[in-house]
Amino acid sequence: MARVTMTVNGKAVAGEVEGRTLLVQFLREGLGLTGTHVGCDTSQCGACVVHMDGAPVKACAVLALDADGAEVRTIEGMASADGTLSPLQQAFQDHHALQCGFCTPGMVMSAAALLAGNPRPSEHEVREYLEGNLCRCTGYHNIVKAIMAASGQGAAIAAE
Amino acid sequence: MYAFEFTRPQTVAAAVAALKGADAQALGGGQTLIPTLRQRLASPARLVSLAAIAEMRGVAAAGGVLTVGGGTTHAAVAREAAAPFPALARLAGRIGDPAVRSRGTIGGSLANNDPSACYPAAALAAAATIVTDRREIAVDDFFRGLFATALATGEIITRVRFPIPARAAYAKFLQPASRFALVGVFVAKSSAGVRVAVTGAAERGVFRWTAAETALAADFRPEAVKGLRMAAEGMIGDLHGSPEYRAHLVGVMTARAVAAA
Amino acid sequence: MPKDSGIGASVKRREDVRFLTGRGRYTDDINLRGQAHVAFLRANVAHGRLRGVDVAAAAAMPGVLRIFTGADFAAVGGLPCGWQVTGRDGQVMKEPRHPVLAAGKVRHVGDPIAAVVAETLEAARDAAEAIVADIEELPAVIDMRGALAAGAPLVHEEAGTNLCFDWGFVEDNRAATDAAIAAAPHVTTLDLVNNRLIPNAMEPRAAVGDYNPATGDSTLYTTSQNPHVIRLLMGAFVLGIPEHKLRVVAPDVGGGFGSKIFHYAEEAFVTFAARALNRPVKWTAQRSESALSDAHGRDHVTRIDLALDREGHFLAIRTRTLANMGAYLSTFAPSVPTYLHGTLMAGNYRTPLIHVGVQAVFTNTVPVDAYRGAGRPEATFQLERVIDKAARELGIDPVEIRRRNFIDRFPYQTPVAVAYDTGNYHATMDKLVAIADLAGFEGRRQASARKGLLRGLGVNCYIEACGIAPSHLVGQLGARAGLYESATVRVNATGGIVVMTGSHSHGQGHETTFPQVIADMIGIPESQVEIVHGDTANTPMGMGTYGSRSLAVGGSAMVRAAGKVIAKAKKIAAHLMEAAEGDITLRDGKFTVAGTDRSVDWGAVCLAAYVPHNYPLAELEPGLEETAFYDPANFTFPAGAYACEVEVDPETGRVVIDRFAAADDFGNVVNPMIVDGQVHGGIGQGIGQALCEGAVYDANGQLVTGSYMDYAMPRADDVPSYVVDHSCATPCTHNPLGVKGCGEAGAIGSPPTVVNAVIDALQRGGHRHVTHIDMPLSPARVWAAIRG
Repeated sequence: MARVTMTVNGKAVAGEVEGRTLLVQFLREGLGLTGTHVGCDTSQCGACVVHMDGAPVKACAVLALDADGAEVRTIEGMASADGTLSPLQQAFQDHHALQCGFCTPGMVMSAAALLAGNPRPSEHEVREYLEGNLCRCTGYHNIVKAIMAASGQGAAIAAE
Repeated sequence: MYAFEFTRPQTVAAAVAALKGADAQALGGGQTLIPTLRQRLASPARLVSLAAIAEMRGVAAAGGVLTVGGGTTHAAVAREAAAPFPALARLAGRIGDPAVRSRGTIGGSLANNDPSACYPAAALAAAATIVTDRREIAVDDFFRGLFATALATGEIITRVRFPIPARAAYAKFLQPASRFALVGVFVAKSSAGVRVAVTGAAERGVFRWTAAETALAADFRPEAVKGLRMAAEGMIGDLHGSPEYRAHLVGVMTARAVAAA
Repeated sequence: MPKDSGIGASVKRREDVRFLTGRGRYTDDINLRGQAHVAFLRANVAHGRLRGVDVAAAAAMPGVLRIFTGADFAAVGGLPCGWQVTGRDGQVMKEPRHPVLAAGKVRHVGDPIAAVVAETLEAARDAAEAIVADIEELPAVIDMRGALAAGAPLVHEEAGTNLCFDWGFVEDNRAATDAAIAAAPHVTTLDLVNNRLIPNAMEPRAAVGDYNPATGDSTLYTTSQNPHVIRLLMGAFVLGIPEHKLRVVAPDVGGGFGSKIFHYAEEAFVTFAARALNRPVKWTAQRSESALSDAHGRDHVTRIDLALDREGHFLAIRTRTLANMGAYLSTFAPSVPTYLHGTLMAGNYRTPLIHVGVQAVFTNTVPVDAYRGAGRPEATFQLERVIDKAARELGIDPVEIRRRNFIDRFPYQTPVAVAYDTGNYHATMDKLVAIADLAGFEGRRQASARKGLLRGLGVNCYIEACGIAPSHLVGQLGARAGLYESATVRVNATGGIVVMTGSHSHGQGHETTFPQVIADMIGIPESQVEIVHGDTANTPMGMGTYGSRSLAVGGSAMVRAAGKVIAKAKKIAAHLMEAAEGDITLRDGKFTVAGTDRSVDWGAVCLAAYVPHNYPLAELEPGLEETAFYDPANFTFPAGAYACEVEVDPETGRVVIDRFAAADDFGNVVNPMIVDGQVHGGIGQGIGQALCEGAVYDANGQLVTGSYMDYAMPRADDVPSYVVDHSCATPCTHNPLGVKGCGEAGAIGSPPTVVNAVIDALQRGGHRHVTHIDMPLSPARVWAAIRG
């Protein structure tokens, strides 16, 4: 076991982990932050996407010890302290961009990373950016719509 | 995952030392290795993370050569190579997905030499030099077939030097499930001639299509390769495409890469 | 102005807040004190005799608590099948035992052989690898035709055959159908495969078993669409635990699409092991394990003949299908290729004679069961594909040939047992023509051609039977369960309401939509209504959510229970206002004596029910809580028309869907936003089936598509934006809400649309030899088809 320390959602945290402990395991089991999900074992579904030092990463493909000293943000850290949803989260609700909710944390984290680097993406750019996030419920339509809306470009997408 | 010891050295020298133990393995961005470990398909005794080695990161262009640190992520290459070597930047910007690009590194990709990876095609077509902790390897001597390279056990790619081609482009046809290259073709035209490197297609891994190189050296237009036929023999055949299909796509993607270059 | 509350309003989902902030509670999020972990050793060969399982070395490994094998489950039941089909010859289907852990033989790659329970998951996995299973590999049957060949290896020796059943429907029409086809002026024949799919709900299955030795109570937390069904099947048929000692909880569930209907071995295992070890036991599937243990879907091989007259009127349909059951009968497997498939073969059309033949086959593959649409996509695909082919052969426009055959009088008795209560197929087709801008196709085709791309247009219809279903009818058809639904409406003393429903939401939004209905009925804000679901301890016995049945059946039960509540509340109100009960009306949360200005509000009546100081105690019990069970009189029949435009790159075979439009008739709609979302999702899955997905086995029975590296899931850039419309509504005539169900429509209607469009593109592009390509229409397959 080794000691790992990092900042998660603005809070300094520490824990004892094995070399093989994944970041997602540390978040879920070590810190009880179960909002980050595991949907596959080949790091393709994107349900586990979190931000590490500002960049989106798949928390199932990062060792906890490799995140030592990092600044990590998870879905639990996206709303304001008083519980107000961020504009992106609010857009997901407003545009029905989630159904079962399982892929949602990863979708929100990926979308947030997209908008941080590209505040006004085209619909094509949104779809391309989400290629590492699988959703089985929505057919992606409303997710794309929500992200477009959150970018301040209105919710209209190609078909509408 | 099987249990392993984990270290995260700060310097190349320390990493090389840490890799000397039995069954030690370097961990680059981990975007291939960690899923492999999760499926218990590998069991190193020690993982040596290269993520904290600052001297292995960065992109620099000088004198017609782009030098990329072995630990530079795909996202960083996509960003920082955009002006000096746009074809390479675009390739890097379409590897995997954004989260994969935040972690995956050029050194890790080249050292793994996955037959469907993108970077080997760029390195081979651009006549890159692979710089390791102990030597420099010309790319023509580097790739040794499926998942095999000239790297010795414990040898680390610290830098990759790309002579920047006058014209270049990468055209990738996606495998529908993994989104790796079903066929990817990198064409590079420089004063030394034209090089065409193909990934994804062949059982032996990345290779140069010399017939296309000859044709394009004479006439660097898509039409120049239209009449060429890649033989299906030696191409990968699987669920996602027969050897004939892949051979056909090599021609199509080569023409498209030339058109984009 | 659109409504902002009640039936018909696009109310935003209240459940979203917890999902958007990481506060959902899925089964894998549950960790009980003292919890142990399980890892299964699964067969790595498709077929083999299990000569012995040596667990000695594994049992001695650190952290191992106990290792279970098939012998531990010899005294309990097998996993039951909930539907018994009777074949043409009057023989009931072959129903071999499906043990919790393999006994005697392994029958598919992934068949569980042993289970290690250990202190940690990694310790359990380490030990599972150390178990030595002595397996004598046997030849496997993977292909269905091979499985039925003389001398084929038998998946189940005791069955004496790999043929589970041979079913004909309607048998009385067999000879007449054959004769009509033999005499018809034109017969179009199509051989096709409905590709095997892996459902791939994004949440992998998981189960946590718990046992309380003080009370003898067992609890199972599981990723299920129907906790009561699991409690009944597992309690009564497998483990022998009476329902009152067994609680099944399905908390937040991350998608189901059918795959979480069924009772799985892992659920029984963790419940059994928790009791045996007196500790909570948890299992969560890895995705690669899901591919080998979740019931797969579809996998039909079909020949369909459509007989027509020269004007394109349908005369007869004959269809012969081989349906893969996999290695064991999953919970509802036999119903899928039979009563959920044969009964839909009339589609939206008048066809006087139809005969459906289905042979269900055991193979050494993962069991196959219901997946979004279940039988109806298979029926729709073959019918709409053969119609498209016939239209081309006869030179009739594909929209016109369909219109020429539409059923246009309702109710309509089909020749395949079901009677459609209502519909308007011309209306949905008219709507489709408009929203898909079919008039603009030719211009777009020319624009594509200038880019070197072949554009094609696919159009088709679909019908489905939803709201499964009348118990008396499904009982005749072989269901071993009733298919009613239940609800309890509990009014609290201060007027708030809790509805406990047997339906289960795993993405459908019941927590939002059900209150819309109740709030409308009573005239109170939706925020005063809460929905409880997913826990057998606090919901009435219900059959769960699948087959687009939640609102049509579960919602109807809720309406009935609420109706009883209102009836009683009116009695109380009458007493309070000293008026006749018959004079009381309820509107906007207020009871009024008709023709007067006397009124009492909802809250006061509720309070009187629980604080009965002024109350008709002689005639009425205190309290305000009612339960209703609703058993529908018929299926519901949603229907619609879909259109799709594709661009095919003839150099690579790559298909890009450029436009997709859907005009559906779902009857009345409670929440249009959610209904649109259901259609989007269904279309997304249908496009996945048509273009990307397919579970593939090699000849030895190894699953080639065992991970997302090879199983192609549709991604955001594989699909277009969709234009959807459900304004052509013919309300269901036999349920109180007039609703039909919308969950499966998209997945049923869209696969033929995509394939029709690709074939159209190739035909228009001059590749006249391509009349069909089997799904998925991957680039490699389309390219190969073009090459011929």
